Amino acid sequence: MPLLDVRDLRVEFPTRHGVLTALHDVDFTVDRGERLGIVGESGAGKSVAAFAILNLISRPGHIAGGSILFEGQNLTRLSIHQMRRVRGNRISMIFQDPMMTLNPVLTIGTQMVETLKAHRKIGDAEARRIAATRLGEVKIPSPDKRLDSYPHELSGGMRQRVVIAIALLTEPALIIADEPTTALDVTIQAEIMSLMLDLCKTHGVGLILITHDLAVVSQVTQRVVVLYAGRVVETGKTARVVQDPVHPYTRGLLAALPGEGTAGARLNQIRGSMPPLTAVPAGCPFHPRCDHVQDSCRAALPALEDLDGHRVRCTRARDLASGVAA
Amino acid sequence: MTPTAATTTTMTSPAPARDRVLVEARAIRKVFDLGSHFLERTRREVKALNDVSITIRRGESFCLVGESGCGKSTLARVMMGLLPPSSGEVHFDGTRIDGLRHKARKPFHRRMQMIFQNPYASLNPRRTVQQTLEEPLRFHRPDLSDAEVKAKVEAVMVSVGNDPSWGTRYPHEFSGGQRQRISIARALMVDPEFVVADEPISALDVSIQAQVLNVMMDARDQRDLTYLFITHDLSVVRHFGTRVGVMYLGSLCELAETKTLFANPRHPYTRLLLSAIPRVSTEEMKPPGLPGEVPSAMNLPSGCVFHDRCPLAEARCSVDVPAPLPQDDGTLVACHAVEEGRG
Ligand SMILES: Nc1ncnc2c1ncn2[C@@H]1O[C@H](COP(=O)(O)OP(=O)(O)OP(=O)(O)O)[C@@H](O)[C@H]1O
Ligand SMILES: Nc1ncnc2c1ncn2[C@@H]1O[C@H](COP(=O)(O)OP(=O)(O)O)[C@@H](O)[C@H]1O
Ligand code: SF4
Ligand code: SF4
Ligand SMILES: [Mg+2]
Ligand SMILES: [Mg+2]
Repeated sequence: MPLLDVRDLRVEFPTRHGVLTALHDVDFTVDRGERLGIVGESGAGKSVAAFAILNLISRPGHIAGGSILFEGQNLTRLSIHQMRRVRGNRISMIFQDPMMTLNPVLTIGTQMVETLKAHRKIGDAEARRIAATRLGEVKIPSPDKRLDSYPHELSGGMRQRVVIAIALLTEPALIIADEPTTALDVTIQAEIMSLMLDLCKTHGVGLILITHDLAVVSQVTQRVVVLYAGRVVETGKTARVVQDPVHPYTRGLLAALPGEGTAGARLNQIRGSMPPLTAVPAGCPFHPRCDHVQDSCRAALPALEDLDGHRVRCTRARDLASGVAA
Repeated sequence: MTPTAATTTTMTSPAPARDRVLVEARAIRKVFDLGSHFLERTRREVKALNDVSITIRRGESFCLVGESGCGKSTLARVMMGLLPPSSGEVHFDGTRIDGLRHKARKPFHRRMQMIFQNPYASLNPRRTVQQTLEEPLRFHRPDLSDAEVKAKVEAVMVSVGNDPSWGTRYPHEFSGGQRQRISIARALMVDPEFVVADEPISALDVSIQAQVLNVMMDARDQRDLTYLFITHDLSVVRHFGTRVGVMYLGSLCELAETKTLFANPRHPYTRLLLSAIPRVSTEEMKPPGLPGEVPSAMNLPSGCVFHDRCPLAEARCSVDVPAPLPQDDGTLVACHAVEEGRG
């Protein structure tokens, strides 16, 4: 049984322009200790998926269908009280902005000790000792001293390390990280992502890494879900998706990366842009931008076609995979 | 040299004077005074630029790279005349322009335009696209008739791949990529020679980044523009740049032809930066090898600003500031180890 099993998840937000379906029957699973990437462009629904798992969709938005099974419980059915025992305990969250997690007026030590004591019967001294160990694990120099620092005394990279240390405090089974390094520089990003990779392996923690950065996903995750306009359009082993993508959207994203073509030449762009979720075209949501479109693409939403374990939502998936339609 | 499209078009359009310097920043320093804290005696200041010099030749796409906060935008704003340098000089096409008075500066304003990172903030939300695009023309070209202004707006919109019918709409009705293409159109409206683009695609998605970069490359080829392109994305530099300046904490570490920089990076910081470029790969992410965090510009390290993260640092590095020295191939490198042949 997977650690997390998300099935037919549908999330809706009522808006002035009608109901916006941010996630449309989304399926994915995470096994114990597995690292899953969720990629897609801005507005594709990546963060909504994370918030839905944690039952944090803001009203009047709501989960309109589907189930989220985690360690044998359906999270969509839990009371607020029961959910508190899961969130921040069995499932930890890391956001792009560390200040979403850190309290600016408390020292790092106080925040870590309080987190530990909220979830475990433990004394102050013992909690402080565990906190310092965790700060050491995320490579914060002189962790004992740093416990007495306030968040503003740390650089952005250091703050994100502290957030990772806090995420690990309760020995969660799953960490959800939403663009954890997008605000950081490449050198710091590489340090922090390799650190997260290491920690997930040594602690056997599952990871959902949400990002629009295909390079980061390719080097950190084992499986990946590609979202487009709230739909899963391609999912499978990360290595296969990045080396041998089938869906025209995934192919377009990978081909658009600079460094793929010749320096100085025009980049391969995908024409048009993702539609607003209140006006997703009928049929395949990608059809107005697709070079392979045919009449059947406009008729109905294509099913997820299974190409031995690699699933693709495209009427021409088999042709494209076999190279008939190149 | 890289056979960029810019060099090929010179065969058809009247050849501009290549290799002629268009913009030059000489020994720029910029200190921001943050005032003094009520508990402290000393004044607090940010040393954002410490003796930075760059020269941009006509027709170049000069890229500035470096981590956020290293001074790229500050240098661009100083070169554009939007910010006075604390010391140093800025020259544009042979004229010293820093410190010019408002009126004397006006013709230079037309010749130099800027595109900003955030396409949401840089367009006035209360003006239609047409009004936004007409404004710089009406200011700099009062000689044009209404019909000429309209024709010009339409021509520029078409040239950057925008639908001229967008004119009646407001910025919020457009996606990030479309807004950035409108900002580019606005910058091109007055036929500038020099365009500074400060992280013009950083806020956009990959699929849209490619569209906007293509528009900028087309404009360069059609109009023979000179770019100063600021980015922290080295894969974009490799694609777009003719020469690159690498900055760290307000200092220039290395300045080289793009191809040379990628083939033969010399400054230890440039090497770190290149090794950390995220690439699509099936290999697992590894730490880039250098520990540490970027120090703050409020508390600059002595000597070489990179010394506390540098694997080649020796005693001299924490005392003497290294000067940029020319190498055999013209690359400038500011590093004691490289100078001593230990690099
Ligand atoms: N509270 C809300 N009210 C209305 N619509 C919302 C709300 N939160 C999210 N949405 C909509 O849901 C869609 C998905 O948003 P989401 O934040 O998940 O995107 P994302 O993939 O995380 O994008 P990004 O890369 O920009 O973070 C968007 O169209 C967004 O506008
Ligand atoms: N108006 C200002 N007042 C005080 N400090 C500033 C100001 N503008 C920039 N700085 C500081 O100058 C340094 C360089 O900033 P900037 O040029 O914006 O960096 P970059 O564009 O490379 O990210 C940073 O330490 C920044 O905080
Ligand atoms: S279903 Fe049709 S339009 Fe959609 S991605 Fe496949 S080929 Fe393109
Ligand atoms: S001058 Fe010294 S510290 Fe600075 S980069 Fe060179 S070797 Fe490293
Ligand atoms: Mg998001
Ligand atoms: Mg900047």
